[in-house]
Amino acid sequence: MKRRTCTLIFALLLLLCFPQQNAWAMHIMEGFLPLKWSLFWYALTLPFFIAGLLSIQKAVKVDPGVKMLLGLAGAFAFVLSALKLPSVTGSCSHPTGVGLGAILFGPWVMCVLGFIVLLFQAVLLAHGGLTTLGANTFSMAVVGPLAAYAIYRLGERLSLPRWLSVFLAAFLGDLLTYVTTSVQLALAFPAPDGGVMAAMVKFMGIFAITQVPLAVSEGILTIIVFNFLLAHNRQELEQLRVLSRGV
Amino acid sequence: MKAGLKNLLLILVVLALAVFPLLVNKNAEFGGADEQAEEVIGELQPDYQPWFKSVWEPPSGEIESLLFALQAALGAGFIGYFIGFYRGRREQGTGQESRRGTIKERDAVVQD
Repeated sequence: MKRRTCTLIFALLLLLCFPQQNAWAMHIMEGFLPLKWSLFWYALTLPFFIAGLLSIQKAVKVDPGVKMLLGLAGAFAFVLSALKLPSVTGSCSHPTGVGLGAILFGPWVMCVLGFIVLLFQAVLLAHGGLTTLGANTFSMAVVGPLAAYAIYRLGERLSLPRWLSVFLAAFLGDLLTYVTTSVQLALAFPAPDGGVMAAMVKFMGIFAITQVPLAVSEGILTIIVFNFLLAHNRQELEQLRVLSRGV
Repeated sequence: MKAGLKNLLLILVVLALAVFPLLVNKNAEFGGADEQAEEVIGELQPDYQPWFKSVWEPPSGEIESLLFALQAALGAGFIGYFIGFYRGRREQGTGQESRRGTIKERDAVVQD
């Protein structure tokens, strides 16, 4: 525990050393993807969305008791994506909160829940947008949860301490969401010299640093909720096969 | 009550992560996406014009923060309900078996 704490503190200090720079890191704004890319991402997201609907239907059919957990996963994403937090880079961004749901229900369910969150923000908050909803859903509600789920499962297989698996899943799910956003922007706006790669490096360099401390926060908050579930909802976790081995 | 202490410490770390940037970057703007995004895209493709406007925008910063607060409140409200519901369920005791299981589990969590 002590060594881990030291590592954590060291990592935080490392963040301090990054140079200040203006950065932005959030969903792609309304109208900021050309039409063909907008349609492309919608099309790419659709099958995941359908898989999500089926997955929810199945989970609820098997055990109606998991509805509360579904609500929790949605609520968690709802809160976290409303919290625009300051980052060391001097700009703000927000966590996504999709890692928890992916750990609990597998990679597809959060596509639907994340979509609802993004729709709320696009329509009522002018945050993100309807034309970019497909792309934003793909990054936050497809790539993020897929990554989180895969990492959690990998951690379980490698017999990592469970808190670490949960942390890494939520942390990397959050980070990869914004990596995806920068790839999407780079594809739509390649640099005049250097093309997509140069633009990607540019977007990514801006994104990743802002998002790192927020992703750490998301990881920690996910651990807290997960520990509560371990203590109070063990039956449901076993039902959903979240716990593939004894603690 | 060790689990509670641990949660408290974890929450403190999250708070520190949020407060720390404010202390370090006293002069930063802490702006959000929109303007800076336009800048970067404007650099890469100066002639790009957004082709679609938001259907509706909050008429002021106040309304916007109202809606963001509403979003957070709805989520946090449900999480609070969830925690209370299951804490209550456990305190009522739902059978010896699951009870033993949860206590064992709680100890395991603490040991981590």
